[in-house]
Amino acid sequence: MSKKILLDKINVPGIKTYEVYRREGGYASVEKAIKSMTPDEVVEEVKKSGLRGRGGAGFPAGMKWSFIDKKSGKPRHLVCNADESEPGTFKDRYLMEFIPHLLIEGMITSSFALGANRSYIYIRGEYMWVFKILERAIAEAKAAGWLGKNILGSGYDLELHVHCGAGAYICGEETALIESLEGKRGNPRIKPPFPAVSGLWANPTVVNNVETIAAVPWIVNNSGDDYAKIGIGRSTGTKLISASGNIKNPGVYEIELGLSVDEFMNSDEYLGGMSSNRPLKALVPGGSSVPILPADLIFKTANGEDRLMTYESLSDGGFATGSMLGSGGFIVYDDTACIVRNTWNFSRFYHHESCGQCTPCREGTGWLEKVLHRIENGHGREEDIDLLWSIQSKIEGNTICPLGDAASWPVAAAIRHFRDEFEYHVRFPERIKNRDHFVNEPFEKVKHLASKQTV
Amino acid sequence: MERIHYKQEINMTETLMNRINELISHYPEDKRKSALLPVLHEVQDAHDNWLSIELMDKVADILGILPIEVYEVATFYTMYNLKPIGKYMFEFCQTSCCCLNGVEDLMDYTCEKLGVGIGETTADGLFEVRGVECLGACGYAPMMQLGDFYKEHLTREKIDQLIADCRDNKIILHDK
Amino acid sequence: MKVTIDGQSIEVEPGTTILQAARMIGGESVPPAMCYYSKLKGSGGKCRCCLVEVSKGSEADPRPMPKLMASCVTGCMEGMEVNSKNSDRVREARQSVTEFLLINHPLDCPICDQAGECDLQDLSFEHGKSKTRFIEEKRTFEPEDIGPNIQLHMNRCILCQRCVQVADQLTDKRVHGVLDRGDHANISTCISKAIDNEFSGNMIDVCPVGALTDKTFRFKSRVWFNKPFNAHRECTTPGCCGKTTVWMFGNEIQRVTGRKDQYHEVEDFICNECRFDHKDPADWVIEGPRKFDKDSVINQNNYTRKLDTVHIATEEGILKGREQDRKKISMTAIPLKKEEQEEFKNGNL
Repeated sequence: MSKKILLDKINVPGIKTYEVYRREGGYASVEKAIKSMTPDEVVEEVKKSGLRGRGGAGFPAGMKWSFIDKKSGKPRHLVCNADESEPGTFKDRYLMEFIPHLLIEGMITSSFALGANRSYIYIRGEYMWVFKILERAIAEAKAAGWLGKNILGSGYDLELHVHCGAGAYICGEETALIESLEGKRGNPRIKPPFPAVSGLWANPTVVNNVETIAAVPWIVNNSGDDYAKIGIGRSTGTKLISASGNIKNPGVYEIELGLSVDEFMNSDEYLGGMSSNRPLKALVPGGSSVPILPADLIFKTANGEDRLMTYESLSDGGFATGSMLGSGGFIVYDDTACIVRNTWNFSRFYHHESCGQCTPCREGTGWLEKVLHRIENGHGREEDIDLLWSIQSKIEGNTICPLGDAASWPVAAAIRHFRDEFEYHVRFPERIKNRDHFVNEPFEKVKHLASKQTV
Repeated sequence: MERIHYKQEINMTETLMNRINELISHYPEDKRKSALLPVLHEVQDAHDNWLSIELMDKVADILGILPIEVYEVATFYTMYNLKPIGKYMFEFCQTSCCCLNGVEDLMDYTCEKLGVGIGETTADGLFEVRGVECLGACGYAPMMQLGDFYKEHLTREKIDQLIADCRDNKIILHDK
Repeated sequence: MKVTIDGQSIEVEPGTTILQAARMIGGESVPPAMCYYSKLKGSGGKCRCCLVEVSKGSEADPRPMPKLMASCVTGCMEGMEVNSKNSDRVREARQSVTEFLLINHPLDCPICDQAGECDLQDLSFEHGKSKTRFIEEKRTFEPEDIGPNIQLHMNRCILCQRCVQVADQLTDKRVHGVLDRGDHANISTCISKAIDNEFSGNMIDVCPVGALTDKTFRFKSRVWFNKPFNAHRECTTPGCCGKTTVWMFGNEIQRVTGRKDQYHEVEDFICNECRFDHKDPADWVIEGPRKFDKDSVINQNNYTRKLDTVHIATEEGILKGREQDRKKISMTAIPLKKEEQEEFKNGNL
């Protein structure tokens, strides 16, 4: 059994309620931080822990905290990013739904560290019932004296509220999230200035993912060094992985970083192997934005080392033969899945979610979707595959926010690793006209048809 | 773009106004606009799940902002409905995992059973079927959202049951 | 602070953006800008046409910036080195953005009033290709009437949002904005309300394309058939400078605009009264001809010269095409003949 930090108490009956959570040692980190530590000491512990942002980019949380502008004298804010919308990711929802007080405890301790007196949790609008759970939990915490004026007699004040979005993936980007929190359209801002200098209402702001903030209480209760002992190298601590797709046990798992992909996929403690006896075809290890991996690159890296669940190992080989840990949205595909169809599906998602502010993303995501839709529906042309490659390369890196990159990478990776499948779609339109075309006739069986013409 | 405008009866009840004022109090006094998204949710829930121009103007008035600022926001986010919709809106997630797990077949099934196309409302105004993007329940696919809640691990039988429950008025849409 | 752009150095004040520095240098290194407008706060960063490569971040941190930067919103740093026209990466990025801007653009320049003074035309002339790779159906929008003075053609819009900023910054009650999102984002009032404000006409001047045009000038003339003159009048509207460019055909004023500089930005904003209501030359003090860039199409304005008779070789083809269209569409006013109907049914046009 590996170490559990976030989900340690998840099975305690009634852990959703304040009483049980408190009885199980909850809010100890707030007491410890406020009574015996200075804000800078808390920041220092988080820095030492090596905790990296769990939203996808993996930026060291302590470092992000240390950038916040404390000199300007403006009010500071901590905003929790609970706008979890990356296809394949559903870990934050699990955490907030089943152990809401952990996030609230983390918010109080982290706000104290940053000197923020007004903090928000920005939750996606679709999680409306979780929004209500958090509202109630905040009310409970406030009634118990953990929020409001003069917390624990320390003179530290904190207002914490939940704010709900209303259906926009782009609001998971931190500056779009801030815009949305200000009651505007979720258009990402141009950086610099970064939120640490000018964020919510032009005040210094830190935006952190739910899971990042939920890890803070443990770090404060124990120590940054203890946290850093878990995991491998720069991938410290534990990570929540949301597993889905063609596997036996889909769900949310807490793993120690450094676990091998093989063990995670196949052991009964975790995913328990494939859901049917179909062979594994591909894996998206970190949410829809990260490159897809073909079967031969899942358990081993290109140079034959074991692939591990760490930031470094998953991205080993760069985009040519690697991927990314991202947000931990682990999607497994067996050989009945069609990669072209799945890529089109992702492209439709990004087309739908593009905010429309900057040109390459607004126009390019729609173009990608249209071309992929044609290929998937038997109207593809041989030159469309190169066209797709060209479009994605023209979007990538040229946009205001990372959504452009996120829309490009899955397309690039699919073409890189599964080009023959695209060619098959173009050359045999009559064979792919049903949407479940690989269910009875997996690509492996018909692969020779595509390769014959690629002399 | 020219839009069709529909009439709506506006009823800002005391309970609703109290809730709105509570939401506004979550933000600094000079940042009332910040409450826009949550307030629109509340107002929409209290008005048959859609927002007319008049209702959005009312919200603009309450928050002290320009009507266009409300329209801009309401049209950006997908959860605000700008025309009358079916009482029970089946919003199927159609992204990746739900697709892998056969949501498209289920959508076809539901549409056929209700006799509507995607995005259409049944003649009695009770049902509407929609396809939406990832709802964050990939491990529990296929799934859909109905009101404030998720219905997961869907099967044809579960959909039959849900439709029957809706008809019998047994479904709670909002957690108030 | 010293910055170097395409090998040319210049001293600038702190807070200057790369684009502003490039404009101080002038010449070919100036990046094209479709959304940035120096007179509008918060403009820029969106169109991505002005991307440049920062090959040296600054004296203090000489590392190059990994991504191309939007020069209109990136501040200069001491010792910064920038490649604009000199960089292949930059040229390629600008070509990409141009292609993206054009895929859904209707390309209806022949009937567009902006043609001849359109930034998108200039951009595609410089960075575009003559062939398109886009074979899908173009995105279109339902038309919206936004009032008696301004014509909105949403299909041509590139969403630079300058007109929204004009309304925000020059008027007190903005009634239009960006609605919807993604590639369906559009400029609209949502409620088909007339945009009625003394300064609304400036939306036309700041629009880089033909999305917002002057209804009082609509289809009157190609811009290059008009002679622009600087003119002014005693304007009583508070905030209006009364200094304009009047566009004349013979002795007739065909339209009035703000005075635009070499980057097509107005020198000062003017009111609607000056723009729409004074088409009598007697209302104006004409100062003299307005100068334009050497290669601007407006300078190709030789309508006074006697032209030789031109035979257009494509004319026959066009007439034939019209006849075919008539058959395909089968206009009720000119119905198909009986034998044509038969042929039409058989699919032989």
